[in-house]
Amino acid sequence: MTLPLFFFYLFAAILVASALMVISARNPVHAVLFLILAFFNASGLFMLAGAEFLALLLIVVYVGAVAVLFLFVVMMLDVDFASLRQGFLQYAPVGVVVGVILLLELLLLAGSFVVSPEAASGSVLPIDAATDNMRAIGLVLYTRYVFLFQGAAAVLLVAMIGAIVLTLRHKTNVKRQNPVDQVARRPSETLEVVKVKSGQGL
Amino acid sequence: MNSDVTDFASLAPAYPEMLLAVGAIVLLLVGVVINKERSLLVSYGAVLLLLVVGSLVLFAPAEGVLFNGVFISDSFARYMKVLVLGGSAFSLMLALPRAEEYGTHKFEYAILVLLATLGMMAMVSANDLMSLYVGLELQSLSLYVLAAIKRDDSRATEAGLKYFVLGALSSGMLLYGASMVYGFTGHTNLQEIVIAIADEGRSIGLIFGMVFLLSGVAFKISAVPFHMWTPDVYEGAPTPVTAFFATAPKVAAMALLVRLVMDTFQGITSDWQQVVIFLSIASMVLAAFAAIGQKSIKRLIAYSSIGHVGFALVGLSSGTQVGVEGVAIYMAIYVAMTVGLFACLLSLRTENGAVETIDELAGAAQKRPFVAAVMAIIMFSLIGMPPLAGFFAKWHAFLAAIDAQLYVLAVIGVLASAVSAFYYLRVVKVMYFDEPVRDFEAVPAELNIIIGVSGFLVVTYYFTVGGPLANFAHTAAGSLF
Repeated sequence: MTLPLFFFYLFAAILVASALMVISARNPVHAVLFLILAFFNASGLFMLAGAEFLALLLIVVYVGAVAVLFLFVVMMLDVDFASLRQGFLQYAPVGVVVGVILLLELLLLAGSFVVSPEAASGSVLPIDAATDNMRAIGLVLYTRYVFLFQGAAAVLLVAMIGAIVLTLRHKTNVKRQNPVDQVARRPSETLEVVKVKSGQGL
Repeated sequence: MNSDVTDFASLAPAYPEMLLAVGAIVLLLVGVVINKERSLLVSYGAVLLLLVVGSLVLFAPAEGVLFNGVFISDSFARYMKVLVLGGSAFSLMLALPRAEEYGTHKFEYAILVLLATLGMMAMVSANDLMSLYVGLELQSLSLYVLAAIKRDDSRATEAGLKYFVLGALSSGMLLYGASMVYGFTGHTNLQEIVIAIADEGRSIGLIFGMVFLLSGVAFKISAVPFHMWTPDVYEGAPTPVTAFFATAPKVAAMALLVRLVMDTFQGITSDWQQVVIFLSIASMVLAAFAAIGQKSIKRLIAYSSIGHVGFALVGLSSGTQVGVEGVAIYMAIYVAMTVGLFACLLSLRTENGAVETIDELAGAAQKRPFVAAVMAIIMFSLIGMPPLAGFFAKWHAFLAAIDAQLYVLAVIGVLASAVSAFYYLRVVKVMYFDEPVRDFEAVPAELNIIIGVSGFLVVTYYFTVGGPLANFAHTAAGSLF
């Protein structure tokens, strides 16, 4: 057994096992932690397939942001996940049947699917085996697709402004820290040096 | 790697967009830094920016295809961009008086209008299914937020949420259509799609994609049967925001539709013609009858705008250069009339606040004769009475349909126009012949200017702007053929 094959089965097995644990774990925090484990193993699979950009993206975006967000939701909101999921596993047989049917359909499709030999070369950006995919994306992101990239950035800016406009409320009775004021303070404004004679109070 | 942007000068066709984007970000920073009481400063800055960008589009023409074919600047795009920028600038001005009441006093309002306008310009200049979608989303997302900008008002938030959910649905349809078109032609670039259609002919998958794509766009121009959101959103959103919704976004989406059907799908004209004719007839007829029962004046305007989209589509259905010219002229006149109408509406206020229902307009002619007169003129123009501007708009559209031998469509259009006269004239009747119940407040100077300009243009259209506008529209339409 070659080393990549060994790692493929390792990652795949842990991935499937942790995905199962996500839906069957009793403790919601454990479920989220298993989800993170699943993401890590999926990114390992991507790495084996030579898609290192997707692998890193999966970790940065899904583990770094989404999973942490889930964890926050689970911990902050008082949602009774246990009762929500009561009897969840009793539907498992139906789920297995649906899954098997889907798998059979996919196998049927894969068996009859023919990829045209010209398909890869006819693409707008043919795959160049010499450049790794992170470099390939970097080469076109700010050149060929700069308009679309900046347009997408503007969409995100609108989303950010929109979220702030619609939800941010300034509370007037909250004391806020003002670093500029703090740094600008002089000893003369705040300290008073007093000579106290011994034996006497102020 | 193979980019066609080699130096700054080669970006010339996209200068207006770049200026608008940079200006919007600068104004955003200004808005964050200056204190809250002077946030109208940002609005004034935004109006100025829109006017500068508009004059750049108008007087410094640079045409060409840019960014590896995703962006096109031609006469048609320039014409529509001028309309979009003008519509945005005027609706921003409408939001200046009594901004506190409408929730438009926040500086983010102007920034969102600017970014929405940027999205509209990208839509107008889209030459690729991807840039089309990015532009459309940039515009739509800003509009969803704008609808709910008065966040403590339950009707405004309802309007925003409704618009968001239905807008997301329409984006889904549009994307589905785009993926079908891409799948069956193998290209996302609109010019490449034209070539692919010419080579391979029509296929059922392509027609499917085209129908979904047009449905998505029809939602944005609120053509029947994709109009359901319009009356609710127009009624719920603050009035200056409604004025914005009714002008610039409609023009941009209409420009997108014209480019898609006249350029991209020119190989399957007989197929898209059926869709456009259906949208046109359904919009004209439904709007004419549905508006009759309306009590709220904003709902009335919503149905009126649905009807006008139908009339503009009459011109487009012909599929000829004259038809595109008709649509271009129609949209220009529609924007001028709508801006004027909203300026009148915003300026008529009783001590109970802004006028909401048609009955509240009673006796406006005695108390505010100028505003009532202009509003009546605009109503007559919306019906299509000669010699007002609205008549020429409809004339161009119907002429194109008759040239293309779509007699039934033209007849239905004229009949729908006659039916719509009823509800327009009802407003005039209430203003002129009903006894005044309440007194009206004084009109702010800014609104008076806009009302005056709009009224002047509508009345003297044939003698003043009509000729140059028709010339400009002629060149614009010519660039698509």
